[in-house]
Amino acid sequence: MADVQTIARHIPDRLESRGARLIKSWETLLVAVALAIFLVNSFASPYFLDPWNLSDATFNFTEKAMIAFAMALVIISGEIDLSVASIIALTSTVMGYAVQLGFDTPALVMIGLATGLLCGAFNGLLVTGLGLPSIVVTIGTMSLFRGLSFLILGDQAFTGYPASFSWFGQGYVWWVFSFEFCLFVLLAVIYGVVLHKTNFGRAVYAIGNNQTAALFSGVRVGRVKFVLFLLTGLMAAIASICLTARLGSTRPSIALGWELEVVTMVVLGGVNILGGSGTIPGVVLAALIMGMVTFGFGLLNVPGIVMSIFIGLLLISVIALPILYRRFRGRRSH
Amino acid sequence: MKILKTLLVTAAVSVAMMATAQAETKKIALVVKALGIGFFEAANKGAQEAAKELGDVEVIYTGPTTTTAEGQIEVINALIAQKVDAIAVSANDTNALVPALKKAMDRGIKVISWDSGVAPEGRSMHLNPSSNPLIGNMIIKLAADNLPEGGDVAVLSATATSTNQNVWIEEMNKVLPNYKGINVVATVYGDDLADKSYRETQGLIQSHPNLKAIIAPTSVGIVAAAQAVTDAGKIGQINVTGLGLPSEMAGHVKSGASKSFAIWNPIDLGYSATMIANDLIGGAEAKPGAELKMGRMGVVKLDDKNEGAMADPFIYDAKNVEEFAKIF
Repeated sequence: MADVQTIARHIPDRLESRGARLIKSWETLLVAVALAIFLVNSFASPYFLDPWNLSDATFNFTEKAMIAFAMALVIISGEIDLSVASIIALTSTVMGYAVQLGFDTPALVMIGLATGLLCGAFNGLLVTGLGLPSIVVTIGTMSLFRGLSFLILGDQAFTGYPASFSWFGQGYVWWVFSFEFCLFVLLAVIYGVVLHKTNFGRAVYAIGNNQTAALFSGVRVGRVKFVLFLLTGLMAAIASICLTARLGSTRPSIALGWELEVVTMVVLGGVNILGGSGTIPGVVLAALIMGMVTFGFGLLNVPGIVMSIFIGLLLISVIALPILYRRFRGRRSH
Repeated sequence: MKILKTLLVTAAVSVAMMATAQAETKKIALVVKALGIGFFEAANKGAQEAAKELGDVEVIYTGPTTTTAEGQIEVINALIAQKVDAIAVSANDTNALVPALKKAMDRGIKVISWDSGVAPEGRSMHLNPSSNPLIGNMIIKLAADNLPEGGDVAVLSATATSTNQNVWIEEMNKVLPNYKGINVVATVYGDDLADKSYRETQGLIQSHPNLKAIIAPTSVGIVAAAQAVTDAGKIGQINVTGLGLPSEMAGHVKSGASKSFAIWNPIDLGYSATMIANDLIGGAEAKPGAELKMGRMGVVKLDDKNEGAMADPFIYDAKNVEEFAKIF
């Protein structure tokens, strides 16, 4: 059968062209919002466009954003981790305790990271080992971890961190670029690559879209999820090191309520709260937007409650707009 | 064309004038633990009063939505960026604000704390609403003022180990000889629990038939004592006084169970903090022994830790308690 021809046929892996997709994407919308906020801020306050002021403003979001990267992966996989703020508190408390015992900076960092990993492993074991829903597990550990830190500290505070330790929260790598901001950029790149360019990232999406299908396709669902909880624990520990170094002290109420701000950042970044989709660039943009709004409103001395209302409205509209758009288009085509 | 030119010139001149006017206005930020708390809204009222009196001061009243140190640091960073002249803060955390406030001081901003203090490295001075000797004197004075012929009084405290209350009672005993005819017959402890304070008061009423006044230097105790006196039908015979909150005590003042009581006045506190910040901007130096000007409140003398006491606790009675009950 010599006349059988094999024709190479191009099968598109997406239905729209790259350009069209980019224009309609969530990230484009976020870039537009970020630019608008940047412009409004520049005109509204003469103090906004100052390199040092902008550098100070980055501290409003860097620590939360570090956790948001890991949280994005967890949420894409269809789970959630609400204990992150409490892991910050417990990690900070354990490091503070270690300071009292005379440990120095390198040891403190190792102790901090180990505490975060242990907390993450505990969450991961309960979720993957016992098959409990992550929202229930992490609401429980949210109380547990912070409770432990209250138990150790009471109404006291740990202070006396070594001067070299404070560099993690107050130091600058080059000119106005703080250590925290550089770490934020580095982690954004790492998480971007892991989620979008590796098998592990593919597995995360697969689990979020259809866990059973992923399992039958040979994805080790339990192991991937366990690693994701380890990662949120690790990121919370890194954020805790930065925050503790920035504050120079530990109190059990440290980072109170941050879990919701982190989840807000992730959802604003376009990650589907039900799992299955979302991108790291989206989360980076959401972090920048939240940081700029906080700082811009602060410069104008707008009360914080107005800030909360604005973020709430932004969140609802950013989620509602694409749905409304789709519905509007659907009606026209009929 | 001419109109346009005139408009442009006018605009330019007015912008220039605004710029100079702004340059002369001193910006003092009053940073509170959280917005929407009556006590701090009242302090803002005092700060605005001070700004009006000074004329060239703009008060920026701000704070986070929840009482967190992280929220206050965000606010402080925004204030540093605006290049305010002074920050007067009631801190959510003694230590955590220190790095942010140090940065503010490095950039030439005067920093003071008031009400709830910051560790010494993070501020130039701290303004306490009152001092232990002033409080100790005030609580016995409140009782004595209503007892011209003297008589028996008793103390209802918090717990036997409460540092604040013990110091105040100690200070009270020091000045007791100044009040002729006043005998302190007993000191009991209600542990800052409403029911225990109530029972202890009942015990005092029964075991001391000649009791003329009960001093409760605790906001829980004073309310419970006033209630016990009311329930025993002793209004008019036994006067309950001490330290309490106007909102909780207004009813008992109205009924006559308490003729008067004391606590700090948040309006005066905000006023004084603003005045001190203005004095520091004007070149006054905060160092041990220094005296800083507080306008109508007089001067504050700093101790060796750069702390100062504003004034005697403010007395609340039938004339003013209703007004303050709305505040805190």
